[in-house]
Amino acid sequence: MIAMLKNYFKIAIAVLKRRKFFTFISLFGISFTLMVITVAAAFINKLINEEYPDFKRERSLYVTMMEMRNTKEGWLNRSDVSYYFLDQYVSKLKSLEKMAISTGAEASNAFVNNKKLVIEYKYTNADYWNVLEYDFIEGKPYGPQEIANASMVAVISEETRDDYFGPNTSAVGKYISADNINYRVIGVVKNVSKTLYNFAGDMYIPYTVSKQDWNEVALLGNCNAILMARSAEDVPTLKREFETMMAKVKPLDKEFDKVYSHADSFFESLTRRSPAGDGENDGANTVVRLLIGLLFLFLLLPTINLVSINITRILERSSEIGVRKAFGASSSTLVYQFVIENLILTILGGILGLLLSILALYFINSANLISNMHLSLSPIVIGYSLLACLLFGLISGVYPAWRMSRLNVVSALKAQ
Amino acid sequence: MIRLENIEKVYRTDTVETLAINGINLHVQKGEFLSIMGPSGCGKSTLLNIMGLLDEPSKGQIRIDNQDISRYSDKQMANFRNEKLGFIFQSYHLINDLQVLDNVELPLLYRNSSAQSRRKLAAAALEKVGLSNRVKHFPTQLSGGQRQRVAIARAIVGEPQIILADEPTGNLDSAMGNEIMDILINLNKNEGTTIVMVTHDENMAHKTDRLVRLFDGSQVQ
Repeated sequence: MIAMLKNYFKIAIAVLKRRKFFTFISLFGISFTLMVITVAAAFINKLINEEYPDFKRERSLYVTMMEMRNTKEGWLNRSDVSYYFLDQYVSKLKSLEKMAISTGAEASNAFVNNKKLVIEYKYTNADYWNVLEYDFIEGKPYGPQEIANASMVAVISEETRDDYFGPNTSAVGKYISADNINYRVIGVVKNVSKTLYNFAGDMYIPYTVSKQDWNEVALLGNCNAILMARSAEDVPTLKREFETMMAKVKPLDKEFDKVYSHADSFFESLTRRSPAGDGENDGANTVVRLLIGLLFLFLLLPTINLVSINITRILERSSEIGVRKAFGASSSTLVYQFVIENLILTILGGILGLLLSILALYFINSANLISNMHLSLSPIVIGYSLLACLLFGLISGVYPAWRMSRLNVVSALKAQ
Repeated sequence: MIRLENIEKVYRTDTVETLAINGINLHVQKGEFLSIMGPSGCGKSTLLNIMGLLDEPSKGQIRIDNQDISRYSDKQMANFRNEKLGFIFQSYHLINDLQVLDNVELPLLYRNSSAQSRRKLAAAALEKVGLSNRVKHFPTQLSGGQRQRVAIARAIVGEPQIILADEPTGNLDSAMGNEIMDILINLNKNEGTTIVMVTHDENMAHKTDRLVRLFDGSQVQ
């Protein structure tokens, strides 16, 4: 058994060396495909599984969209939700323990040494800091007192501190000026990946500081909320309460006859805002199916390529096949040999692909394409990539191997 | 040892039927060295392939070592070839990607034997054909005569009772051809191996125990 494997290995390596161009094309196809898949997987993994500062997902539901429809005319209006809606409806749900409210980030300009610095700020409520667990490098968050007083205070990100005050200097107690308004810095938090755009910001300010009329009666607005249940077991109840409550919410505008908003899981909240989702459907299944379909399509091309290369190779090796059959290899033994050879090739491609991925991720990370996003290869991503590789090796090897084993010995031996 | 009864082989394409072998009856004794002669296309290689279970007859029965082969499965057939038969081809058919020793070991890979015993048997077979000093070479580094000797070592390494040789000297000059013939004759005399050889060469054929001539698929002598 082991002798056979060793023999196959020798043959496989020799065959790879003999046809350098084919080998290059095959290996390039496999490793490049794998690299793209791995980088995509790392990105999706980042999007879905990155936690900081949102560590309590199993206790949380996310309200990120309000949609109003005119079903007769077929048009709709969709945006974030209003503070009024969160305050008047959502905050009264029985199973809700805490609710973090924040607005979408808005840009403001600051100037450091005559250079413009764009600072994206968010307004939040006090519980925002209790629901999310930001890592404070120095200082502390604002609380109900600062909210009530509309204090001109701010929590800034590490990156903002470095850009505005200088790297590694203390910022607490100093003033930061954005759009010519001065805020006293009371805390500095570690950077949040921009992929988590509900939580990422350069500066956080008490919402009461804003001149916006928070009590304006409306459903559409500029807020997002995280609803925290008392325990993970309470989450389904909280979700139901939200739905029951929504059934009673009527559009305020006569133009619309339907209104949708949901308390989603984190993943659903992402897919609902993707083109696959809308007010009615969370789109999670569509997104998952789409990703699997894309993966399949993406693997299909190199598979077909490898299958055709393998079939060409069979003809070159008909003498070997004939000899092996004449000296006692059965058809199944030959299939086995060829599949193993193909696996050796794809595993080589796989290892190369992983190395390429590490390189690609390094460049993506150092180019800082998306601010503060640091992609990495988790063991899960590596595991899935190698699994994909193994599957790929089997699929692209089995059919040519079967063809090869059917080869007539007499004509195989005549070929040379 | 090998008994062919009423063997017929027809090659069919969409339009033509070619009768390659027509009612051959042949009995090869145990320990016999038989040669088959005839002009090109007379069906002698086809006959050899049928004896070697590489090709199926369209009609007729083969018994080898008193066993009816016709109902064997692919796996049984493979095992049977591995244990009982050794092949030598005109164009050697060595695997160029493998060293000489690995080439000779090949039949033993399809048996249960340890790496050590395989190395030993392969080395012994190479010794018999006088190539002990070429173990680590690749086939492309050898002359034609040397390649054919490697092929003989491969054919005998599993100690088969029957060796089927398809024009083993066909690609060699007469000196080298005689060398190869000497090895085969020794094998037949000393080890008692049954040998069936297809050849074009009258001189080679006359060195064997018996000569069978084919013409247009039929036995004429």
